[in-house]
Amino acid sequence: MSQTLAELRETLRRIEGDGYQRRPSLPFGVSAIDGKLANGGLRLDALHEVAGARPCLGDDASATLFIAGIAARAWGPVLWVVKRRDLFAPGLYQAGLAPHRVLYAEARDDAELLAIMEEGLRHRGLGAVIGEVKRAGLAATRRLQLAAEGGRTIALLLKGHARDGADPLGQPSAALTRWRVKSAPSAPLSFEGVGRARWRLELVRQKGGEPFEMLVEAPDETGRIAVPARLAAGPAPGRGADAEDVARATG
Amino acid sequence: MREMGRRSEAAPHPFRAQFLEKGRSDEAGAVPPVRTSGEGQREGPYPGEGAFFLTGRMSGGIVGRACAEDARAPSDARRAVRRPAEPPLVTAHRVDGRDLVHAANEAAWALGIAPGMWLTQARVMAAGLHILPADPEGDRAALHDLAVALARRWAPTVAVSDDTGLFVDLTGVAHLHGGEEAFAERLLRLLARLGYAARLAVADTAGAAWALARRGPAPVVIAPPARHVDAIEPLPVAALRLEEAHVRLLDRLGVGTVAELIRLPRKPLMRRFGGALVRRLDQATGRAPEPLEPVVPPLAVSAVQRFAEPIATPEPIGRWMDILCARLARSLAEAGLGARAVLLVAERIDRRDQRLRIGLARPSRDPAHLSRLFRRRIEEVEPGFGIEAMTLHVLRADPLAPEAIGGALDEALGDGTPDLAPLIDALANRLHGRAPWRVEPVESDVPERSAARVPALAPPDRRPPALGADDVRRLAAAEDDHPWHPRWPRPVRLLPRPEPVEHVLAELPDHPPKRFTWRGRSYRVVRADGPERIGGEWWRRPAERDAVRDYFSVEDEEGRRFWLFRRGDGVRAETGDLSWHLHGTFG
Repeated sequence: MSQTLAELRETLRRIEGDGYQRRPSLPFGVSAIDGKLANGGLRLDALHEVAGARPCLGDDASATLFIAGIAARAWGPVLWVVKRRDLFAPGLYQAGLAPHRVLYAEARDDAELLAIMEEGLRHRGLGAVIGEVKRAGLAATRRLQLAAEGGRTIALLLKGHARDGADPLGQPSAALTRWRVKSAPSAPLSFEGVGRARWRLELVRQKGGEPFEMLVEAPDETGRIAVPARLAAGPAPGRGADAEDVARATG
Repeated sequence: MREMGRRSEAAPHPFRAQFLEKGRSDEAGAVPPVRTSGEGQREGPYPGEGAFFLTGRMSGGIVGRACAEDARAPSDARRAVRRPAEPPLVTAHRVDGRDLVHAANEAAWALGIAPGMWLTQARVMAAGLHILPADPEGDRAALHDLAVALARRWAPTVAVSDDTGLFVDLTGVAHLHGGEEAFAERLLRLLARLGYAARLAVADTAGAAWALARRGPAPVVIAPPARHVDAIEPLPVAALRLEEAHVRLLDRLGVGTVAELIRLPRKPLMRRFGGALVRRLDQATGRAPEPLEPVVPPLAVSAVQRFAEPIATPEPIGRWMDILCARLARSLAEAGLGARAVLLVAERIDRRDQRLRIGLARPSRDPAHLSRLFRRRIEEVEPGFGIEAMTLHVLRADPLAPEAIGGALDEALGDGTPDLAPLIDALANRLHGRAPWRVEPVESDVPERSAARVPALAPPDRRPPALGADDVRRLAAAEDDHPWHPRWPRPVRLLPRPEPVEHVLAELPDHPPKRFTWRGRSYRVVRADGPERIGGEWWRRPAERDAVRDYFSVEDEEGRRFWLFRRGDGVRAETGDLSWHLHGTFG
């Protein structure tokens, strides 16, 4: 019955012509990124992997914030499965993820965590399901991908660095996109202080598209990342690398 | 509820006829008196309408034997009774602007403090008197619980007489405990163990039992059968549950005891005081019936199935789980309850019961949801040689009103927020009790305290209590700010405990560090912001009265951003020892 209703609504919408169509993907709202993604954004009913570039807390926090920004722009409640309780909710709130939307669950190990994520994906009432794992093999990620298919819940896997120093995104995986986030020097200011955080964002692999790398600015309070604008006053002296990045990102 | 008094009025009871023979033979004329062997007619002091006592086989026109139990010092003073060397303790309440003693414990009674006394007077009488606020609601609830407990184990009919007493109908019960004396003794022992100081009286009528329990000569008074009027005659008239104004008026008229009241002509009494006084008098003597309204102990909800042949395979176990859950849901719906915790007991042939316990975040009686939760854990049931019986017990239940069947339709239409309760239940049962949680903002600037864990289904925003008409906060027209500031830098990951950093190079009093070493690695700070000064919360811990943390957000040359703080403001030594700590990392 629900399918019939949805179809009828879709037809009505087309007749009324308000231009709204339920999009199966979640765009970043940045044409420089969305244009390079195969689906014009992150597919909602799919699994995506994110990892920090280096095994340090700073890059881990950047990857966390990247995920929080995506989840903030998803449509509904968010299930965040953790293994350690070091997430700081006020920090997530600054990326647009309001505390009443997030449901936390704590798992003991990777297997339990993946099972809980699957449970959340199959519930169909969540906007996003996020999990933090050390390692997840091809079979585990395929299970998540299968659970996500047919729904509107975006599955986000934050992969940590294993002890052996292997690349967390190097293992085979069923994820549609794999992202690597690395902290970069923040936006230069004309006065003392720390500007808006910047990352070197790298799409390592995507299905049906090419990998790319660019400099982006961290999410604002609505969870939107941005491409650094060419500063009116020009980049601060002695930051040649920055200027190059900006040129490459915008041009 | 048994309406003992009224039933006999509607249709005259054959046994009642025995006692009506003398006075009103017209009513009982058609019914021949029935006499049981060994049980003759007992005459009360009022021939024709006298009270009577019947054991065992029946309950007659009025309550056979009633025992009033007086919890003189209810719940608050309970602990006091348990330990003999307890200091005097009273509970106080406020009546018309005066603070009065509501209840007093043994030690306080011994000092002459009685309920109704002014609190100031009681303070003068006992130095170091411990005073607690009275909790009449809690007392009533405790008394009701006690009544339910007695109704379960001691006598089927237990009624709450007033705020401090219970009626226990002893008809056909006393011999189970070895007679009335033994019953009274055992009951008092039980109550003493529970911490109640009780007085107890057994008499033919509820009114007489009440009078003897309150005003009787001893803590335990047992009026012999049919002699209850003799027993209450020397008591003051207040023992008859009269209105206070009537007691005062009787006192002025020179009527002090029940005996004097009984001897007065009834008609003028009725004219002067109305029907209430005479009714109370008749209820005490047994002329008028007094139906009791017994408490009804709640029944535990469960569903049982025994099998003719033991089952051992998952399919029948799962199917019976479904059937039992459906039955349980029906029973719950009849009781108006929703289950919060359900236990499945599968009894094996070798008597090693298998137990599965599920919890629910919100009361529910949806059979599909319940059986889904059980089926998920079906592999934990080890059937062994076979299961011969399965039982579902509701361990915890909350009231649940009938629900509208709109959920599925709403979801199909795409309106409304999705229902997360089934997911939360599934997760909690999979995680074996480590239930999911939410984080709620707390009005505190100290980072560790600014977020609190709350149960997943707690209402997300609790409305603050409505302000009074003259509250000064009404003048502030602006909306309350969110406790978390959207602009002040806050890290995404907060270390469980701030970790000390070493080799810090920073200028006093308010410059960010230029260089620091953390976890064995040295970082050179390129950019920094701060300080953001956060003071200690002296209202939580006195030690924080002067404590200050100066927070800096710093960035090293590779773009890693950290949240550091220094203890102390750099000027006054009492604000901190100037040690540096790392508290979190920004994204």
